[in-house]
Amino acid sequence: MMAEMSPIVKKVDRSASQGWLRRVGRLAAPFIGLFLVLVIFTAIEPGSFPTVRNGQTIAVQTVVVGIGALGMCFVIVCGGIDLSIGSVIALASVAGAMTLDAGYGPTAAMAMAGGTGAFCGLINGGMVTALRIPPFIVTLGMLGIARGLAKLLAGNQRIAPPPESLGWLEGFVDKTPAITWLQVAPAAWCLLVTAILAGFVLRRTAFGVQVVAIGSSEPTARLCGVPVARTKILVYVLCGLGAGLAGAVTLGRLGVGDPTTAVGLELQIIAAVVIGGASLSGGEGGILGTMIGAFMLSCLSAGCTLAGIDNSIQEIIIGGIIVAAVTIDGLRQRRNR
Amino acid sequence: MVFVPDRGPRMRTDLPDAIPSHSASLLAMRGVCKRYGGVEALRGVDLAVAPGEVHALVGENGAGKSTLMKVLSGVERPDAGTMEFAGRAWKPAGPVQARRAGVAMIHQELALAPHLSIAENIALGVEPRKFRGLGPLAPLDRRLMHSTASRVLARLGHGGLDPARRTGDLPAATRQLIEIGRALASQATVMIMDEPTSSLGRHDADRLLEVVKKLRDEGLSIVYISHFLEEIRRIADRFTVLRDGRTVATAAIASSTDQSLIELMTGRSVGAVFPARDRQPGEVVLGIDQLVGCPTPSRASLEVRSGEIVGIAGLVGAGRTEFLRCLAGLDPTAAGAITIHGRQVDLKASIRARMRRGLGFLSEDRKGEGLALSMSIAENLLLSNFKAVSKRGLLSSQRMQTAANEWIDRLAIRSGDPARAAQTLSGGNQQKIAIARLLHQDSTVLLLDEPTRGIDIGSKVQVYELLNGLARSGRGVVVSSGHLPELLGLCDRIAVMHRGVLGPARAVAECTEASLMSEAVLGSDAEEAA
Repeated sequence: MMAEMSPIVKKVDRSASQGWLRRVGRLAAPFIGLFLVLVIFTAIEPGSFPTVRNGQTIAVQTVVVGIGALGMCFVIVCGGIDLSIGSVIALASVAGAMTLDAGYGPTAAMAMAGGTGAFCGLINGGMVTALRIPPFIVTLGMLGIARGLAKLLAGNQRIAPPPESLGWLEGFVDKTPAITWLQVAPAAWCLLVTAILAGFVLRRTAFGVQVVAIGSSEPTARLCGVPVARTKILVYVLCGLGAGLAGAVTLGRLGVGDPTTAVGLELQIIAAVVIGGASLSGGEGGILGTMIGAFMLSCLSAGCTLAGIDNSIQEIIIGGIIVAAVTIDGLRQRRNR
Repeated sequence: MVFVPDRGPRMRTDLPDAIPSHSASLLAMRGVCKRYGGVEALRGVDLAVAPGEVHALVGENGAGKSTLMKVLSGVERPDAGTMEFAGRAWKPAGPVQARRAGVAMIHQELALAPHLSIAENIALGVEPRKFRGLGPLAPLDRRLMHSTASRVLARLGHGGLDPARRTGDLPAATRQLIEIGRALASQATVMIMDEPTSSLGRHDADRLLEVVKKLRDEGLSIVYISHFLEEIRRIADRFTVLRDGRTVATAAIASSTDQSLIELMTGRSVGAVFPARDRQPGEVVLGIDQLVGCPTPSRASLEVRSGEIVGIAGLVGAGRTEFLRCLAGLDPTAAGAITIHGRQVDLKASIRARMRRGLGFLSEDRKGEGLALSMSIAENLLLSNFKAVSKRGLLSSQRMQTAANEWIDRLAIRSGDPARAAQTLSGGNQQKIAIARLLHQDSTVLLLDEPTRGIDIGSKVQVYELLNGLARSGRGVVVSSGHLPELLGLCDRIAVMHRGVLGPARAVAECTEASLMSEAVLGSDAEEAA
């Protein structure tokens, strides 16, 4: 074996560089998209768009979509989809607000929100694997159930816990943080750290590669002894956990638990993942791309707000971007074949 | 017959009844080439089909038969070469246009819509309409549709069948006839049949062959693709052999022997394909006692020793795949006992648990199940055992690449770069990746389902050598195959599966192609009774 070492080393070098090139190729589209959004809004609103203040707003806005998109990235790479994420965010924020209202602290509220989300994910994952119902249907059902449950729990109105009970949660999502050298909200830094961690899990652990394998070809994964059901359930739980934490962040920003918040947010979250180069047929996608996608969408919505473009127009633009991103993905796959 | 060693696009002319001049043929192809990306599927095919003949097209899997048929029936367009049909240049725009012009394809996988009626299926794509000016909204002429269907069914000897019946309710053999009926209804003069009997029992296959003969006598030309040489002998007038995308011979079937056909197909004498058997069987590594799966196999017992290759023969649908999947833990098992290396396996044990005991399973469906085609070669190789390439629970990219390169070298896989997607490899190299994965997970008992399906003859020889090497190194190997010469050449013992029942494993010296085929068709009980 030793005698053959030198050609092997050469091969390692070449393959490493080619794999890297391929990944850069995949990331080109989201980077170009982000660049375009930045250039266009800087041109439209040169006075207010490229400012520190606006950057701080964008950073905090990215947190909700971004943390949801991290979990969604795993689900989509695994070949699934979670349409319930917007409703689960609302349910989690209501659950968090009720925890605060009951006199517990912000830490307990965050745990409650995360736990609620993870539980919804567990149900989603369980239904998908045990009953073999397509994820599209299961999570569409959960979309209705979680939203209805949120409204039921909140009695069809907002739950407003005493403002002082929010505690550190308020500062966590404050766009001008008390610790000034942080520059942006602590929550944004937490998102960054979580994203790095998630990227590491997806690329550098057996779990991550098995998630990719299930999305790429589920029969192959089963054949290779990958615990398919367990992995899928875990992926949906992760996505639910992300939604729950996003709910806690929403609660911190609004100060109330609103059962009608985050309606249609699943569209933005799925868009972020798809813009980031994920394939809706599974097996492809990455955390860096997803984060760029989420950042691009917050820039878009902040820019639209500054330029006085109506919310409804924003939704049309995002819908168009999703279709464009999926089309690009389809073209790329056809070319590879 | 002389064996043609040259792979060049030369045609044989030393045979009696050589190719008729192209003016005499109804359908002619000359120098047709077709590439898919980097793969040259056809590199110079000549074919001449005379009016009113059954022309057999034979060749190994991957020789280009299917691509050739796609080109003929308008599914694919050739990159080079000329085609003529009925004296005019033949450039069909698609399968429907080809069918309307008189060239119809009968598919291997039945191309019928199970929810539609017989009449609707027969008319599919060429539905008779009233008020044609209305375009796609014109109402169907149902009466004409039904009368056409009845007429066609009567021609096929099924006059009693109600054309309004739902196609999905019919048995497979009848569905096959409906596909032929579809071709007849469009007044085809050339019919292309791709392995029409592969999924039929012997009785139904005989009836189908009678239909083919009848159609020929009525003046139709039939291009008949089949692996079954005795079938070809019964119905074909002439044959064309394809190898590696080229025509290597065309002649009258009467002038050939089975041996010469096989040599033409494989491009080498049969003896050189298989490695010499110099293996020493050791202790029993896999014991199967009265295994019952749901729904198949219904009864299977077998012992496999280390250092031995055991073949499982049987028709398509006999339950060979299900048997191996039960053993691997992928399909549920109802009863019986399995021992690996002398230790009993829990019948409910997952494939994961069985893999840890040394069992390795190769799927027959390489593209759908065997490999995750969009993932890299390295990931595919290592997918079933990440522990070996991890450091403290985290994947080490350096170890992954070293391990992948080691297997690529050891199995002589022509891949270049392990980071490339598995779909960039040829079929033979993909199969080697799938086998290498079993070795990477340290399998000592290998269950291989159709290990050489769809790979070229050169790769086949390499796979045979590889399996021989694995057996010699003390592993127990089970090979399931529908190709009898392969089992006879490769295995030490062969057991035949018939309708879910596995017969006794016999030493290969006691087996002949005829004995195995009769056991596959009739079952071993019938043979013993005879």
